[in-house]
Amino acid sequence: MTDATAGGMSAGPDRRSASLLTADPLMRRRNAAETRFRLYGVAAIMISLSMLFIMLWTIFSDGVSAFRQTSLTMAVTLDAERLDPQGNRARDDMMKVTTIGYTNLLNDALKSYMEARGIDTGEVSDRELSAFISRDTPAQLRNQVIANPDMLGQTIEVKGFATGRIDGYFKGRVTRETAQVDTNISVAQLELADQMREAGILTVGFNWKFLTNTDASDQRPEAAGLGIAIIGSAYMMLLVAVFVLPIGVAASIYLEEFAPKNRWTDLIEVNISNLAAVPSIVYGILGLAIFINFAKFPQSSPLVGALVLTLMTLPTIIIATRAAIRAVPPSIRDAALGIGASKMQTVFHHVLPLAAPGILTGTILGLASALGETAPLLLIGMVAFVANYPSGPLEGGMLEPATALPVQVYSWASRSDPAFIERSSGAIIVLLAFLLVMNIIAIVLRRRFERRW
Amino acid sequence: MTNKMLTSAIAMIALSAGAAAARDQVQITGSSTVLPYSTIVAEAFGENFDFPAPVVEGGGSGAGRAKMCEGVGPNTVDIANSSSRITQRDLDTCAANGVGEVMEVRFGYDGIVFASDVNGAEFAFTPGDLYNAVAGQVAKDGAIVPNTYAQWSEFNTNLPAQNILVLSPGTKHGTREVYDERVILLGCKETGAYDLFLAVATGDDDRAKQRAANGECTKLRTDGRNVDIDGDYTETLARLDADKDAVGVFGLSFYQNNTDKLRVATMGGVVPSTESIASGEYPVSRPLFFYVKTAHLDVIPGLQEYVEFFVSDDMAGPDGPLAQYGLVSDPELAATQAMVADRTPMAPLN
Repeated sequence: MTDATAGGMSAGPDRRSASLLTADPLMRRRNAAETRFRLYGVAAIMISLSMLFIMLWTIFSDGVSAFRQTSLTMAVTLDAERLDPQGNRARDDMMKVTTIGYTNLLNDALKSYMEARGIDTGEVSDRELSAFISRDTPAQLRNQVIANPDMLGQTIEVKGFATGRIDGYFKGRVTRETAQVDTNISVAQLELADQMREAGILTVGFNWKFLTNTDASDQRPEAAGLGIAIIGSAYMMLLVAVFVLPIGVAASIYLEEFAPKNRWTDLIEVNISNLAAVPSIVYGILGLAIFINFAKFPQSSPLVGALVLTLMTLPTIIIATRAAIRAVPPSIRDAALGIGASKMQTVFHHVLPLAAPGILTGTILGLASALGETAPLLLIGMVAFVANYPSGPLEGGMLEPATALPVQVYSWASRSDPAFIERSSGAIIVLLAFLLVMNIIAIVLRRRFERRW
Repeated sequence: MTNKMLTSAIAMIALSAGAAAARDQVQITGSSTVLPYSTIVAEAFGENFDFPAPVVEGGGSGAGRAKMCEGVGPNTVDIANSSSRITQRDLDTCAANGVGEVMEVRFGYDGIVFASDVNGAEFAFTPGDLYNAVAGQVAKDGAIVPNTYAQWSEFNTNLPAQNILVLSPGTKHGTREVYDERVILLGCKETGAYDLFLAVATGDDDRAKQRAANGECTKLRTDGRNVDIDGDYTETLARLDADKDAVGVFGLSFYQNNTDKLRVATMGGVVPSTESIASGEYPVSRPLFFYVKTAHLDVIPGLQEYVEFFVSDDMAGPDGPLAQYGLVSDPELAATQAMVADRTPMAPLN
């Protein structure tokens, strides 16, 4: 800017004589500067795009495999003497046979099933063969048998997961080279796995259970799923929306339409802007002190999580809502007041409906940022291992322990079994999908209903 | 619409306040080293009993014990997992907050191993080697000099001529305590640096001098050849992947799950394994604990059963799933089982 004016003054007389079509040195410099600036801009965009691309590529290349899983199908004879030693089919007595008993039954069943199918296990020992069966399978089978004791004595087909290392072999995570140095899997086991896949005992298919199963311990990464995390996040988003909308809208309407302009409202305004910039972990500390230690709400519950996230998103939503209300032209208010509407009628009949799309867009974007938040949940006990689904929303499920999607990403990323890396990235994909859907809804709402004056 | 939402919000808060009194699952928090063991037991407990599976949080031993000592009542935790023994300060806090008796359960041992990239050189360490590699000051020709060693072979010709880079556990880790005590301090004595520190130590009596010498021993070098890792073992593994020359400190169970990426170093000629740690041959290990509030035993459904299940032979025994995951099972497990069944609270710390 200064360059141009300074140059223009000194070069003034020359320029008058030169043609506009021939570039003088000054003009060339200015044009070059503009070209350079455009290139900087393109470079900046390219850098951000390539970073985004690298990030997405890593996540998807690591995570897509979480949606496919190797299953092991075999015939199992449910030996009544082993599973119900008392022989009375009473639930309490059958409960005494633990998952360890079922594990042994399945191990023997797999061995005899392999013999029946004529597959030579070769160098693979019995112990190594039983390492094919996920530790999740006996638990599932036990639940089925206890729920339905008539199954005892029958031969049924049991389909369960194969363990993480076998699954990793079919996904390329485990190779014969790594198996040579890996004490958890042998090359012989991998060769057997190939045979079993040909025989149709091992199958690879889409893994719905990744979305519905609960979290699993470090010993069974193959069974770990996002079920509780998705429910927990859904409960929290629902509650945050219920809490944040009335409070945010009421505060914004008052500040924008009714509050007198004085030092107090200025102070409040500055505070709201400041609160929007407070790091989220601070809200976690606040939530621990107020909601858990003082109000005695249950730990790890979506209710407390939602209250904390409400506090966190409230300032952002108030700011967005006020902007939406301010965007409604004063002439509409004047017209309403002019034909005798009260101030409140003006607000609720005219201003609020016209501002609604903007408010909803702001709210959805606020919810989307709350959905990705982990730090405040750390302090209120939601970064935890939870193995039981919370009940339905009407049966107090919002007070029972749950986790959240970003929390699951974090806790899987720190597990020791390499199979959890894939699941962690898979969870990121699910989280990104939710964020994408919410943002699309926000954009659609804005496009369809926003009015411009 | 706004009115309705407000009403429902208020109703929900009112409802939750009423329900806050009851809790039907056990709540556990504490050490991230104990966390995997605790989740394995919690999962099996949920499957085999009519009680819901306990909720297990990580976050660190110290933080967990502090949380346990906050008080009694359904909105406080029942169990604190810990990879180091409870301190008198924790017990004082507990007493001040009316927590009452606490049961100390030692359920096994955790080995700490040194490992490098699987395709790299083999290492056979003694504590002295590690001391020479990471200490701030070392003994050289009978004098204390600042540590300038750049390669392992400079102080031990049996070690490879490879740049020194050790990824030590950060000071907030429970692992650091064992690392200082069982590796660095032993190495300090082995190399003779301890005696030199002691000779120049100042203090009122012998104990103060020893403390000063210990303090000098555990000061690690800050020239970038020793890096403190404050994150999880997964972070150490990632750093090791980025710098193939590095030697990292891991838990035995983490190493056992990643043998295809890591090559373990021997210590004093002993290969770390659950067997060599149980027999005491491999020196770097520590006991793992969890602490139970006895006041909650009859209040929280399933708490007593969970604790008994944890220390049962099916779980913590030498053939149980915890041992398969890398826990070194406690030879005195039977005594622990009896203690848990009798609900014997812990005796005061010496």
